[in-house]
Amino acid sequence: MKSDMKQDAGKEPILRVEKVSKAFGGIQALNGVSFDVHSGEILGIIGPNGSGKTTIVNCITGFIKKTSGRVFFQGRDISDKPPHKIADMGITRTFQIMRPYYSLPAYKNLVIPLFSPRAKRTGGWRGGGRLGDRNTVSIDILEEIGFERDSYVPYKTASTLPTGYLKRLELARCLALKPEIIICDEVFSGLSMSEIASMVPLIERLQMEGITLIMIEHRLRELFRVANRIMVLNFGEKLTEGSSEEVMADERVKEAYFGSQKVEEVMKHA
Amino acid sequence: MENKTQRRKERIDRGIKVRTDGIYALMSIRELSYLAMPRMILIFGMLALPLLLPGMYWERVITITCIYALLALSFDFLAHFVGLVSLGGAFFVGVGGYMAAIMNTTFGMPPWLTVPLAALAGGGVCTLLLLPCLPLRGVYFAIVSLMYPLFVARLIEALNILGGTDGITGIDGFTNRWMEQYFIIGILLLLLFGVRRLVNTDIGLVLRGVKDNDQAIRASGMNVTLYKAMAVYIASAMGCLGGACLAHIYMWSGISQFALDFSILPIAATVIGGGGTLVGPVLGCLILVPISELLREFGTLRIVFYALILVAFIVFRSEGIMVYGRRKYEQFERWTRI
Repeated sequence: MKSDMKQDAGKEPILRVEKVSKAFGGIQALNGVSFDVHSGEILGIIGPNGSGKTTIVNCITGFIKKTSGRVFFQGRDISDKPPHKIADMGITRTFQIMRPYYSLPAYKNLVIPLFSPRAKRTGGWRGGGRLGDRNTVSIDILEEIGFERDSYVPYKTASTLPTGYLKRLELARCLALKPEIIICDEVFSGLSMSEIASMVPLIERLQMEGITLIMIEHRLRELFRVANRIMVLNFGEKLTEGSSEEVMADERVKEAYFGSQKVEEVMKHA
Repeated sequence: MENKTQRRKERIDRGIKVRTDGIYALMSIRELSYLAMPRMILIFGMLALPLLLPGMYWERVITITCIYALLALSFDFLAHFVGLVSLGGAFFVGVGGYMAAIMNTTFGMPPWLTVPLAALAGGGVCTLLLLPCLPLRGVYFAIVSLMYPLFVARLIEALNILGGTDGITGIDGFTNRWMEQYFIIGILLLLLFGVRRLVNTDIGLVLRGVKDNDQAIRASGMNVTLYKAMAVYIASAMGCLGGACLAHIYMWSGISQFALDFSILPIAATVIGGGGTLVGPVLGCLILVPISELLREFGTLRIVFYALILVAFIVFRSEGIMVYGRRKYEQFERWTRI
């Protein structure tokens, strides 16, 4: 799969981030970060706490205003568009702190994004022109994402669902829009090993369906299994970019994560 | 004492409630009537009110109650299904009242035309004026919606426009008192069941999503402000409708239509009736408005009684009549040992 990506390298990137900066008061959260995302790839973004990972997601999706810099999606400038316009163009995101509609059943959670202009245009999940009954379509999506259709789970109120299902519900909310790009803000965090194990094939399937993914993660081992390319942020600046092996071999990355001490020393104390 | 701590109240759905949830409701008169009875009591009760309480005095009370009920319905819809706490009842009534008055006196339109037109156009005016604070979250909407009625009333007074402190007089009344009462009762029932239906449609779900978390709505590619504006239009049009009716009932439109009673009483009614039920606030008005009329002979003391009733409800039955009543109707309770 990784060799496939090399061929795409020459093509126009689906998403281009150019020198994006963001300052919260005196704190420089992002400082001139630039990168390209190619169609169909999985880009992993890693970095220590406070390195600006979530801020870059918010800047791309328009949830916060950039101090400077531009973002291009399929060659079009989306820097100053409001979040709902950007989502309408096909860049969807999950939230690190999950945001389901807690008072509604899981399948009703999906009826809401299925009501959006983009979902109406794209005809819901299965294609097929006019969107049918949204309840049926939403249960189809939930089944795709791992809610057992014939169980009670899709009908349970979102507030009673365990974290694993809520993370899936976040992804399902993105899928309802038939997105071009999904930006996953820590979909693995807070999940058990077995939940992650079932999540990884799901991510791979989304990629096979032609969706471009940007994944912000702290769970490096799982991320390296799925990601084609890794970008490392530190203190709001891009440290390096490359395959997982290249990135982990980089001394600066080790330093960012473990401080200037020798890795061996840290591991000894751990 | 020890015994008490070891027990808890268990609530179980009644068999008939469970049966009527499914298709079995169609299979026996008993189940059908269980399902239809609460609605029928409300509908026929409302329709019977003018017959049960004849006389000029009660006629006024009934119509005023219905106007307050419209406002309470609009408050409950905005607060519990869209997440906007509105104190703009007075503003809606005032705008609707003045609009109907101008349409009637200046352009000579009959009441059956001014009432719907004032509702539609007034809703537009209110929505436009409230639009700037819609993207904000929190109490801003409440503050701005409270400010407008005060602002407009003082504006009319100071600039002496629209009749100044005398108001606009010489508005046509309804042709007869039966028509007047049944017109308003009919509209109230229609809107009550209409709004109930609306909140359960897909667009109603989106509005509830706006209340639960607007960020996810944005991330789904929907314009939150647009949906809020839509909801505010529906709610303010209901309020303006009430105001237009009020102008025609009193055949007068004045600054007192911007009185804060129209903002506050619907909220009290929602507390008493049970928020988020839509029917509750209407019931709350049916209780509160007549009580406040009966207490009128006590003069200013009525505010004290009124406040006591409110406090009692908030302390002892904060869930509201409708939530309590529905629970009793649908479930039985028993003490179980644990």
